[in-house]
Amino acid sequence: MAQIEVKKLNLSYGDFHALIDIDLSIETRMITAMIGPSGCGKSTLLRVFNRMNDLIEGVNITGQVLIEGNDILNHKADLIVLRKEVGMVFQRPNPFPLSIYDNITFGPRVHGTKNKKILDEIVRTSLEDVLLWDELKDKLHRSALRLSLEQQQRLCIARLTAVKPKILLMDEPCSALDPVATQNIEELFNKLKNEYTIVIVTHNMQQAARISQRAGFMLLGELVEFGDTRRIFTAPADKRTEDYITGRFG
Amino acid sequence: MTRDKRNQRIREFFIEKTISASGIASVVIVVLIFVFLLKDGLSLFKIESIQDFLSGKLWYPISDPPKFGILPLILGSIVVTAGATAISVPIGVASAIYIAEVSSPRIKEYLKAGVELLAAIPSVVLGFIGVVTLVPFVKQFFNLPTGLTAFSGSIMLAFMAMPTIVSIAEDALTAVPRSYREGALALGATKWQTIYKVTVPSAASGIVAAVMLGVGRVIGETMAVMMITGNAAVIPKSIFQPVRTLTATIAAEMGETVRGSDHFYALFAIGIVLFLITFFINMIADLYLHREKR
Repeated sequence: MAQIEVKKLNLSYGDFHALIDIDLSIETRMITAMIGPSGCGKSTLLRVFNRMNDLIEGVNITGQVLIEGNDILNHKADLIVLRKEVGMVFQRPNPFPLSIYDNITFGPRVHGTKNKKILDEIVRTSLEDVLLWDELKDKLHRSALRLSLEQQQRLCIARLTAVKPKILLMDEPCSALDPVATQNIEELFNKLKNEYTIVIVTHNMQQAARISQRAGFMLLGELVEFGDTRRIFTAPADKRTEDYITGRFG
Repeated sequence: MTRDKRNQRIREFFIEKTISASGIASVVIVVLIFVFLLKDGLSLFKIESIQDFLSGKLWYPISDPPKFGILPLILGSIVVTAGATAISVPIGVASAIYIAEVSSPRIKEYLKAGVELLAAIPSVVLGFIGVVTLVPFVKQFFNLPTGLTAFSGSIMLAFMAMPTIVSIAEDALTAVPRSYREGALALGATKWQTIYKVTVPSAASGIVAAVMLGVGRVIGETMAVMMITGNAAVIPKSIFQPVRTLTATIAAEMGETVRGSDHFYALFAIGIVLFLITFFINMIADLYLHREKR
């Protein structure tokens, strides 16, 4: 079943046409990877799904993006509800300069959970989701900035699962991490896909090949090709995809 | 060729020495000021104990025998400063938040220029405006025998602390990484929740420093308080009474003392007290400004 349906999506910043006629459907509980060279529009596309582009002035979006049947581009769409359902992990881990506990409870508190017992339980389950509970259970009131980068990125994911979203958007989540940490995070994605729909943007093709079930190749604002990851990497239909995957450019 | 090179080396040498001499000079001057302050100020304690000086309730420097108790002056300074802080901190921090987080770029430019202009008004002008407008208003509004009160001084000084607080707090808020805000918004926080749960706590040490520097400015201010607070060296029972601050005492009486008299030394001793107060406040501000992230 498709969880995100994109129809004829166009986006421009001023004169710059960043996304051109994108059509795409993203399926539930799978990892979908968007690949392509820098500046191809993959991060911009990701930021359409939780409307983070709204923060930039002069953005013009047309077309339709349906998440579970609701058009999120509709100006009546409730951004707060949308962003609770569709969480985002950023390139560099960005824990708040607060304690680990406060980082995780930030989302639930914002959405109205006040009961200390429930919050404690959320902290526990969220940290268990990202396999940090055993490491951190005695240090919950330490500053999150003292964690390693990998732990910080895990914490940022735990901060999302704490509000029980349906979709996780990952914007190059491993680009600040070393190979070992990257591998650990990728294993975590594999576990998370049983519960969440994951859309990941990466310029690392091997990563896309390793972890995703669906993949899309973007170039200069266009979605060149989209489909089963294995097929994209073994038998690309478009010459440009083949050239990129075989390393002829990019 | 070689002569050119030698000339160049000599020039470099002089430039370098001039610059380092200027750097050292500023430190030497501060030390000298402190030494002279101590030398004259400490002379008072040959005739008056530190205990009596700090906790004496009477300041009658020219009666016979003179009384050099500066408790009323310390309390005067504290009352005026506390009042000014209570007024300027909420307004100053709120306007810093507005400028840094809410306003459009165009309005931001106007507001920042306005704040800088406020900082540029000489304190004697502010004091004069206070005497002409605020003092009669306070007298009438609260039905007081005089409008020259600690309260009026607090309001006027709040205006003087505001530019410092606003511009430094605004810098601190602007320096909060964009990624913190994005992280909060991406979790579904509203703009206001993002500001008060993430942005402001992240900038907390900078905001505290801004407040301390604002307070430092208020304590050291002389002209405006002398004109507005009524200059009665008595222990204030409420903020609606005239008070006299440490600074105003020095400014008002220094011209009338005989050099080398006990009164003269007492004013220097007040200077030491002021110096210590501002020193500690600036030190706290500095500590927060350069505090490492926990």
